[in-house]
Amino acid sequence: MQLPLNISLQQILLHWMNLSILTGGLYFLLYKPVKQFMEKREAYYRDLEEQAADKLAQAEELKAQAQAKLEAADDEIHDERMRAQQAASDAAQEQLAQAEEQARHIIAKAEVEAEQSKERALRESQKEMRELAAKAAKKLAAKPGADFFDQFLDLTEGGGAHEGR
Amino acid sequence: MKPQKKGLAVCLTAAVLLLIAALLAGSPGQSESVQEAMRDAVLHSTGQISLFGLMSVNPGMISALLVTALLLLAAVLLRVFVIPRFRYQPGRLQLLLEELVGLFDGMAKSSSPHRNRFLGAYIFSAGAYIFVGTLFELLGLQAVTVHSHPITLPAPLSDVNAAIALGTLSYLVILSGGVASNGLGGVGKTLKEFSLPISMSFRLFGALLSGLLVTELVYYYVALSFVLPVVVGVLFTLLHALIQTYVLTMLTALYYGEVSEPSPKREKKKRLQAENA
Repeated sequence: MQLPLNISLQQILLHWMNLSILTGGLYFLLYKPVKQFMEKREAYYRDLEEQAADKLAQAEELKAQAQAKLEAADDEIHDERMRAQQAASDAAQEQLAQAEEQARHIIAKAEVEAEQSKERALRESQKEMRELAAKAAKKLAAKPGADFFDQFLDLTEGGGAHEGR
Repeated sequence: MKPQKKGLAVCLTAAVLLLIAALLAGSPGQSESVQEAMRDAVLHSTGQISLFGLMSVNPGMISALLVTALLLLAAVLLRVFVIPRFRYQPGRLQLLLEELVGLFDGMAKSSSPHRNRFLGAYIFSAGAYIFVGTLFELLGLQAVTVHSHPITLPAPLSDVNAAIALGTLSYLVILSGGVASNGLGGVGKTLKEFSLPISMSFRLFGALLSGLLVTELVYYYVALSFVLPVVVGVLFTLLHALIQTYVLTMLTALYYGEVSEPSPKREKKKRLQAENA
């Protein structure tokens, strides 16, 4: 059928047939395989991404667990340290108490010894005084005419050599 | 003188000499007037070619068949030798193919989110046909008319029948999308755009024909056939190919998306059915 402008229905139909063949051919030969490959690759990378996300989640979980363990360990360390400090403090306190006790003993002992020394010295001095007095009495008795009191004083002053000894 | 400047001087001298020679040689004598040449370019009333001895067709028909054969041959070669060797990290050719398919697939998906599988395939082939078909005229393949005159095969879409066929086929594709999504409502939606096949057909025909006419005019006169064809013949053709490919595929995708969008009533009905199920 011929229309104005050389339009031909027969040729339009031929063009349709040509375009249909081209569309079908290009779809099956090029468009579909390329698109399928692109989808396959997309799925592959999506899987990889999902796997990576899963692994990341697992890693996060492990990290959280490790963090919790670390925190627990920190607490434990803190408690242990406190206990150790307490023990050290107790030990020091005990040693201090022992030292104080020992010091008290030493002081008491020293005091006792000092008292004993003092008493001994007193006894010795009394003894010496008695001996001196006895000696003086003897000498007085041996020297007639002398004042007893002055002789006694002389003897006692002469006894300075004894004290200075 | 530097070698580059020397080469440029030689080229310019050769060009000037060739221009003078072309002007002096003159035309062998025009067998037809410019009006006749233009009329033949549009109507092809005298330049028909025999199709396998079965019938006489416009040269555009032969070009269309050749373009289709060329595209299918390229597709077969790519399918056999290239696609099986596709890798996850693409090479240049693979990247080009993926870009082309992805471009039309993306256009179909963005324009028609509800239904786009067939649309993507159609606009891919239509785009390839328009682009390669428009560039086909650059090859300057010769054929012999039924009157035994040699003729240069034009772009397929510079034939009004090819443009009408592509325009109406695109309209039918849009209609099919409407029917598939909305039934009779889709037909109504599509028929509202009754001017679409005409506008699509003649937009293509006009755009391609204007390029053809300019080229014909340039080649008709010897004086204009020097240097100028590089611009009008190559650059304009490339621009035409890109622009017309984009325009037709984009229009088809947009209208397809518009008519295949499910109507609110139909969606509500589907939702109710799903809830009941």
